[in-house]
Amino acid sequence: MQRIGVFVCHCGTNIAATVDVKKVCEVLKDEPGVVYTQDYQYMCSESGQNLIKDAIKEHNLTGVVVCSCSPRMHEATFRKAVQSVGLNPYMLEVANIREQCSWIHKNVEEATEKAVILGRAAIAKVHLNAPLVAGQTPVTKRALVIGGGIAGIQCALDIADAGYQVDIVEKEPTVGGKMTKIDKTFPTLDCSSCILTPKMVDVAQNENIKIYSYSEVESVKGFVGNFTVGIKRKARYVKEDICTGCGLCTEKCPQKKVPNDYNLGLDTKRAIYIPFAQAVPKVATIDPNYCTMMKTGKCGICSKVCSAGAIDYTQKDEIIEEQYGAIVVATGYNPIKLDAYEEFGYSQSPDVVTSLEFERLMSASGPNGGHLVRPSDHKEPKTIVFIQCVGSRSTTECGKPYCSKICCMYTCKHAMLCREKYPDTEVYVFYIDVRTPGKNYDEFFRRAVEEYNVHYIKGMVGKVAPSGDKLKVQASDLLNNEQLHIDADMVVLAAAIEADKSARPLATLLTASMDTNDFFTEAHAKLRPVESPTAGVFLAGCAQGPKDIPETVTQAGACASKVIGLLAKDHLVGNPCVAHPDEMMCNGCSTCANVCPYGAITYENKDFSRRKDGSMMRRVAQVNPAVCQGCGCCTVACPSGAMDLYGFSTKQIMAEVDAICK
Amino acid sequence: MQVEDKEFRPTIVAFCCNWCSYAGADLSGTNRLQYPANVKIIRIPCSCRLNPMFILRAFQRGADGVILCGCHPGDCHYTTGNYYARRRMTLLFSMLDFLGIEKERTRVEWVSAAEGQKFAETMNDFVATVTKLGENHRLEDLRCKKQ
Repeated sequence: MQRIGVFVCHCGTNIAATVDVKKVCEVLKDEPGVVYTQDYQYMCSESGQNLIKDAIKEHNLTGVVVCSCSPRMHEATFRKAVQSVGLNPYMLEVANIREQCSWIHKNVEEATEKAVILGRAAIAKVHLNAPLVAGQTPVTKRALVIGGGIAGIQCALDIADAGYQVDIVEKEPTVGGKMTKIDKTFPTLDCSSCILTPKMVDVAQNENIKIYSYSEVESVKGFVGNFTVGIKRKARYVKEDICTGCGLCTEKCPQKKVPNDYNLGLDTKRAIYIPFAQAVPKVATIDPNYCTMMKTGKCGICSKVCSAGAIDYTQKDEIIEEQYGAIVVATGYNPIKLDAYEEFGYSQSPDVVTSLEFERLMSASGPNGGHLVRPSDHKEPKTIVFIQCVGSRSTTECGKPYCSKICCMYTCKHAMLCREKYPDTEVYVFYIDVRTPGKNYDEFFRRAVEEYNVHYIKGMVGKVAPSGDKLKVQASDLLNNEQLHIDADMVVLAAAIEADKSARPLATLLTASMDTNDFFTEAHAKLRPVESPTAGVFLAGCAQGPKDIPETVTQAGACASKVIGLLAKDHLVGNPCVAHPDEMMCNGCSTCANVCPYGAITYENKDFSRRKDGSMMRRVAQVNPAVCQGCGCCTVACPSGAMDLYGFSTKQIMAEVDAICK
Repeated sequence: MQVEDKEFRPTIVAFCCNWCSYAGADLSGTNRLQYPANVKIIRIPCSCRLNPMFILRAFQRGADGVILCGCHPGDCHYTTGNYYARRRMTLLFSMLDFLGIEKERTRVEWVSAAEGQKFAETMNDFVATVTKLGENHRLEDLRCKKQ
């Protein structure tokens, strides 16, 4: 039997005006287990807290009920007070007789009666309280960044600057991501490579950063502060530490007809390649699908010309395991496939390109050295039509319901660059809305219209039909209410962007939640925008939603500060109000693990025989208290009632129900 | 400790999730918005902690109405808890129907931490509804009744 003390607060007149505090004390004194009652003007004041402390010592109390304001207000205060005299802080309950009683009722008799009932419920609960101790887990002081685009690079640099080790896992042979493919950046029109490549070099040279390029995350075990991650290092058939990146092999390779991913297939590369001149790490990679040696066993030219002896045709995929305290997801985006948009003729004419392809055509490092020509006949285009919102803001099945956010600005940029480099080109932009919020963004758009005379037309293009060497564009001008027919030389489609295909399987590995569009969800849309609801997993860049470079860099920095905050701790103190299974009742059915939003529940085979032969092995649930957040969903889902929640146990809640309904 | 009047005053149990609805209830107190004293609130971490068994237990012990309040769908502190609560309550409603308990005696309401007004209005409305329905004896276990 508990020895319970009940302390009733007047809160000046806040409570005492409508609740007869003395009477509450008097009635609660007769409750089972109550050995001491006391009322006081301000229980939360220092002298009020001292009253509680003295009573605990003097009367040997094992449980405390404070009838006062909301537990959201002063539960922590009173817990600290009882802890200071050696009572477990979780042996205290607060009955809310201010916000949920005295302030909302006028009738003294009714309010007093209700206060007594609320006090009774709290006493009934304290009877069943158990002392709880928050667990502590150590933190591995190293972070993993998944994705080596600008988001991952910025985040890794910021974490490394704080003195922590960071590993970047990038699935491509080089870091840099989509930004390496971009020619110029809005709204300043500075060269993308010029601002990105120094950062790539920084990443390579930073002592705290290790890059696993051409690698993928294969498995994730553990929890916040203690992740064990399996990383698959894909075979590149070149020894990374020996290759000097001289590029001789890529010149001598006889297999010349490999589509060049870096230029989105607009030109070709060799079967052994370095993606581009500034690649980090600058190491050659063999594409085994095209390499003659790998396919027929007859060639080996690259290995003959390599003076460093870095070529290794027998290399195998390798899986390594590393420990991390925090994981940053920066998997980025891709433009959607345009198969479903046949009306724009993307598959029918090489002169219909996506905006990212157009970016390569315009770029000095692109297939034509920055000279804009049509992919079909290498002639300069005289009329270019840009179509915005291809797949964005679309409620149809093939499109995306969201706004891709960056298309308005980059289309504006493309139109402006075309007019600047080739002033005799006519440029049309078809839009639904032009969205340009952002610093200097709307000014940028207005410059395109007013100074560069780009024809912005509100309306959607109905059809693009290749005819001879022209593309016949049929469109409607909604503002002038007329049909337009334009003979274009090139059509550029602002394809919607979507989360990278690797994001969904990664979310499953991390047990991080995603929205219906495969973007990672944040823990709170406004207040915790760079954290995943899964503890220890953080989000940067387009993995969380479409965003432009400035926003991505901002988010990556914010993400880094959250990671640093986590890694700076030596130990993580958990919330002791977590779920726990009754192993004798659990039958290992996995129902609880299926409803757990945090992946806190695993299963273990345990021996329940008293003998040593292990004859009674059963699969039972195990809750990781460092991961469990204490929502209690599993306690209700469990068909055998084996799962319970500390602090809000089934018996405790039932006791409260009984006390209220008495 | 009984207040002397003849008028029927139902016993109402309100389960409120810690993050939204309990805070909403606190806010209606801070704003001094009145609702009847028959409503007694039990704090639970999340609406998904509510075992439908608790509701049946309340009816068994003489409650006349039980209401569950949680975060709005999509706003759950634990991401998905209220979706589970919603499904469980839907199942419970059909079971209550089977038991012959008027389904108006149970209710699910989403109340955010900013909706003190809504909390008070909901409670006023719910108490009025249950008062009209009268006492609930269908599940009441007389052995538990205080003599």
